[in-house]
Amino acid sequence: MKSIVTGLAAAAALTLASVAPVAAQQNSRIIVVSHGQANDPFWSVVKNGVSAAGQDMKVQVDYRAPETFDMVAMGQLIDAAVNQKPAGLIVSIPDASALGPSIQKAVAAGIPVISMNSGSDVSKKLGALLHVGQDEVVAGRIAGAKLKEMGGKVGLCVNQEVGNVSLDLRCKGFTEGFGGKVTVLPVSNDPADIRAKVKAAVASDASVDTILALGAGTAGEPSVAAVKEAGKTGAIRVATFDMSAGFLKSVAAGEAVFAIDQQQYLQGYLPVVFLANYAKFGLMPGGDVASGPNLITKEKAAQVVDLSAKGIR
Amino acid sequence: MVNTTQPTADLSPAPTVKKIQDERLREVSFVTKIMRRPELGALAGLILVAIFFASTADPSMFTLAGIMNILSPAAQLGILAIAAALLMIGGEFDLSIGSMVAFTGLIFGAFITLSGWALLPAIAATLVIAAVLGGLNGQLVIRTRLPSFIVTLAFLFILRGLSLVGLKWATGGSTQMRGIGDQAGEGLIRELFSGNALEGAFAWLAANDLIGKFPNGTPTVTGVPVSIVWFAGFALLATWILLRTRAGNWIFAAGGDPNAARNSGVPVDRVKTALFMLTAAAAAVVAILTVLDAGSTDARRGFQKEFEAIIAAVIGGCLLTGGYGSAIGAFFGAIIFGMVSIGLTYTRFDSDWFQVFLGAMLLLAVLFNNFIRRKVTGER
Repeated sequence: MKSIVTGLAAAAALTLASVAPVAAQQNSRIIVVSHGQANDPFWSVVKNGVSAAGQDMKVQVDYRAPETFDMVAMGQLIDAAVNQKPAGLIVSIPDASALGPSIQKAVAAGIPVISMNSGSDVSKKLGALLHVGQDEVVAGRIAGAKLKEMGGKVGLCVNQEVGNVSLDLRCKGFTEGFGGKVTVLPVSNDPADIRAKVKAAVASDASVDTILALGAGTAGEPSVAAVKEAGKTGAIRVATFDMSAGFLKSVAAGEAVFAIDQQQYLQGYLPVVFLANYAKFGLMPGGDVASGPNLITKEKAAQVVDLSAKGIR
Repeated sequence: MVNTTQPTADLSPAPTVKKIQDERLREVSFVTKIMRRPELGALAGLILVAIFFASTADPSMFTLAGIMNILSPAAQLGILAIAAALLMIGGEFDLSIGSMVAFTGLIFGAFITLSGWALLPAIAATLVIAAVLGGLNGQLVIRTRLPSFIVTLAFLFILRGLSLVGLKWATGGSTQMRGIGDQAGEGLIRELFSGNALEGAFAWLAANDLIGKFPNGTPTVTGVPVSIVWFAGFALLATWILLRTRAGNWIFAAGGDPNAARNSGVPVDRVKTALFMLTAAAAAVVAILTVLDAGSTDARRGFQKEFEAIIAAVIGGCLLTGGYGSAIGAFFGAIIFGMVSIGLTYTRFDSDWFQVFLGAMLLLAVLFNNFIRRKVTGER
């Protein structure tokens, strides 16, 4: 009987001990409001990064997103976060005019804000401390330089979303880094159409030796197929922005040279780490952080396939 | 058809000769009268949901800023839900209202940015276009005798698609139209549709430390967002129309039994067409409010709002079969929806569970509402 009592007392003491730090953590709670739903494969990786950082830094993290891509609802979620006075707020900014007032309110409330993924151009203006994401021009430039180094002279930039400014920036960076002649090939987002147009483009200009697609699943995979059909696998180097299972397989098989990973896991992980250190010690990096690009070549492809199954890439 | 005693029909003066009363004219006590209101269940559901969050959520949810935060989505949804409730009482559905928000938002944005129109003509033209589309919906339903569910479902897709096509055409390829807020200009009309009301009062309250302030001295709540004022005003107006005017009786009659209504001289087709026009115009009002507030519009605005509006109306006591319901009920229904959707972010539940909770809470609110109503009206 006595042992039971002691046991209970010990259990109670343990519970108290484990509860106390949790109570202390309440003050260092960090809220993430993004525009990406948790069931979207890309954003579930971001969310995994957020949770992992919460555990590593021993802070409470909450990930919030509207059920659909809804800027009005997202603004309301930011307002709700501000009311809870968190130690830090992490937001993605796909539409600065819709979200700006809510973000400025957070800054006015004295909450440190970090932006991630989208909104690098408006981040500073709205009062965010820094931005964690991939600069599209820089990523394009790095990819271009790598393709040049591989021996590329004449390039094609396959754009499946003409009019999307961030995709235009990718082609611009590619042209700068590549140095050689680059033609932008506008296509629809229909794989059959892309395959036909890429095939026609490489047939009409035999000097094309490099293709950069602006999306892996949309433009990348059909481009690889087109090159294969034209019998030029190996002679034409194909690379793409972003990753898809099919394209990574092509990279592993040597049919494509690399995929550009923006490492969105870090877009969730790093801001939490920064804000936790900011809350504890007032530390903050001095400028925006580039989460990518990381070029996934043949050697890395197997590991990436492995990690993407675990929701890290 | 569900046989319900409509509590709102006693417009005739109270009977004075007690001897000739049959059971329809029996006087009931004040308490029973209150209990028989269709919106009672919604109010009870709201209290239930509020108790749930009061015990699980961060206390900041029920501060002034927190309540404004809940009421903002409730207001946008509520304006749609009240119109949807009137239409449902009139015996029809409109599934195109969510897409209508996106489409009229685009029309409004195009008038402002592309045509450079002033705010007043742009708003007027947007409302007229919405009403014409709503009238088209109504006429199609009446002339073809197809269920409105099917006809407006077609418009759900057509208008959503047109929003995308139109946006790409208007912006040269983007799915987002920006800069509407900057070009709309300032003035009285702008203040009616965006920003906050009662800013002076709130500044005074903050200056006297009656409400919370940010460290820099500005109040945490600078005023009541105008959408909330529209929401409350529309709820009152709709309630007055339903309960105190001939048009209100026509709506109940048209939804309850169209044939009987027609035989007693109610212009059922005109009533229904007008209700479709009203619903579309309400969607346009929401579009104008959100576009001016956000300063931009995109192809996904109003997505799935048609279902949320119908859910809010049903929580508010509307029957899917028509002829029964209330505008005030839809008002409470929208607040329940806003409280659940925003309230969950004040709790510690993992957001992956969000939709499960949302669905469960709404189901609970409707079941509770139904239970209360059956209990007090003895309805089966």
